[in-house]
Amino acid sequence: MRRFNKIFTFLVFLFLYIPMILLVVSSFNQGTDMAVWKGFTFSQYGELFRDRSLLRLLGNSVLVAILSSLIATILGTMAALGIHAMRGRMRRIVLGVTNIPLTNPEIVTGVALALLFAFAGTMLKINSILGFWTLLIAHVTFNLPYVILSVMPKLVQMDPDLAEAAQDLGCTPFQAFTKVVIHEILPGIVSGALMAFTMSLDDFVISYFVTGSDFVTLPVEIYNYTKKPIQPKIYALFALMFGVILLLMVAMNLLQLRDLKRRRTKLTQRREPSR
Amino acid sequence: MKSKWLSGPYVIWMVLFTLIPLGIVFYFAFTDGAGQFTLANIQRLGAYLPILLRSAWMSIFSSILCLLIGYPVAYCMSKASPTRQKIYYMLIMLPMCLSFLLRTMAWVSLLEDTGIINNALRSLGLSPLPLIRNTGAVILGMVYNYLPFMIMPLYTVLIKIDRRLIEAAQDLGCNQVQVFTKVILPLSVPGIVSGITMVFVPAVSTFYISQKLGSPGAVLIGDVIESQFKGAYNPNLGAAMSLILMALIFLCVGLMNHFSGTDDEEGVATL
Repeated sequence: MRRFNKIFTFLVFLFLYIPMILLVVSSFNQGTDMAVWKGFTFSQYGELFRDRSLLRLLGNSVLVAILSSLIATILGTMAALGIHAMRGRMRRIVLGVTNIPLTNPEIVTGVALALLFAFAGTMLKINSILGFWTLLIAHVTFNLPYVILSVMPKLVQMDPDLAEAAQDLGCTPFQAFTKVVIHEILPGIVSGALMAFTMSLDDFVISYFVTGSDFVTLPVEIYNYTKKPIQPKIYALFALMFGVILLLMVAMNLLQLRDLKRRRTKLTQRREPSR
Repeated sequence: MKSKWLSGPYVIWMVLFTLIPLGIVFYFAFTDGAGQFTLANIQRLGAYLPILLRSAWMSIFSSILCLLIGYPVAYCMSKASPTRQKIYYMLIMLPMCLSFLLRTMAWVSLLEDTGIINNALRSLGLSPLPLIRNTGAVILGMVYNYLPFMIMPLYTVLIKIDRRLIEAAQDLGCNQVQVFTKVILPLSVPGIVSGITMVFVPAVSTFYISQKLGSPGAVLIGDVIESQFKGAYNPNLGAAMSLILMALIFLCVGLMNHFSGTDDEEGVATL
């Protein structure tokens, strides 16, 4: 039974990775059709860096992801602190609203924001309001709940006496926050920010509805390949991103592991003298 | 200091960019192009009922498939050694960080009539199979894209189960099957609920997967909404459809949370 489960798990991972392996293999293919192998080449990588059009779009995506996750992290952390201090009905209402973008399908969020921007455009008499700013607003909007939901549990876990103790010892509430509270909730803030960043970087559906033709992100451009011929250098970009993300993940895991070991040795060192 | 007010900017943001836009969707759904009140958009929805139902059953079917495939995987992950668990976790996260559009495109070249699988069949002397432009291909696309969203919450719930509970059940005379049905399965209900929600919601509203893998005649509700805003421009009808889709989803999610006994705050926490 256990062996069967292991084989099954392996097959599922194979299922998940076959299309990605195919994309990476295609990045070395001379032809443009993924299904036909025409010989090995690096030319798509060369083309990717020579032409730079895709890199510029990737730059757009990264810019929006950095800015939106930064804004969402600041606003969201403040919001989590505020919600944490709320009680009763007010807390329920605010958490309920936080749930809306999470439960709502992306297409409805996208359509609703597109209608809002169209409305604002006619009010402000701007012809093409869709672009960088509308995209940024939309991304902040769907990133905010992720930040709040990863900071909130840390606040709930935190000992409420800590901040009070800091204030009793002469800290202003602001100092109590910067010296005590923020260290307690930092893991939640970091994981919320990372989640927001990745969500934003790969978002297609909402971006598709709120972006104009003068500021295009990478996923929206990839969608356009449905209507125009695919540029095979996109496979090279995919392969590079695959490699970079894999490396980042491995590095993060190794760092965590080292951290854990260090903490363990510290703990044992601390215990020793008392024995 | 009233730290409650720290959430002020957030509340204003959400009113401006979540509540007001939904209000505008309502407004568009009940008006015509000239801004006059009308029920015509809602009445026209009747014609799209078959499409809505098809989207619903296909995504329910995909969610169940994801659960059946994802549960053993999550279980296997939760039983592995800590290092292996980290590797598994990474391997599940990785596809979620990479363009789902390109990954779906790769499926097209696998399944196409002149695709990799059919080319292989031909070179073996077998007749090619109709693998794409049908319901099965769309369901495959949904399962492929959203399976990690099922495995993640299941795994999170399974590693939190207290081993002592399982040992206690064994001490009290449960066999392996009983331990599973009486202890592990009931304790993983929150993960199942949030997994199904996370698969069902994007699946029922997808338009890319059906455009790429489905037959042109069998569109989903997401396709129809998309075309109201990007093709045949009729935002009023599109808004009415979005409203119906939203109502359907809130109904399904609400029912599921109700019957599984997880309230909102908990349900989200397992995300």
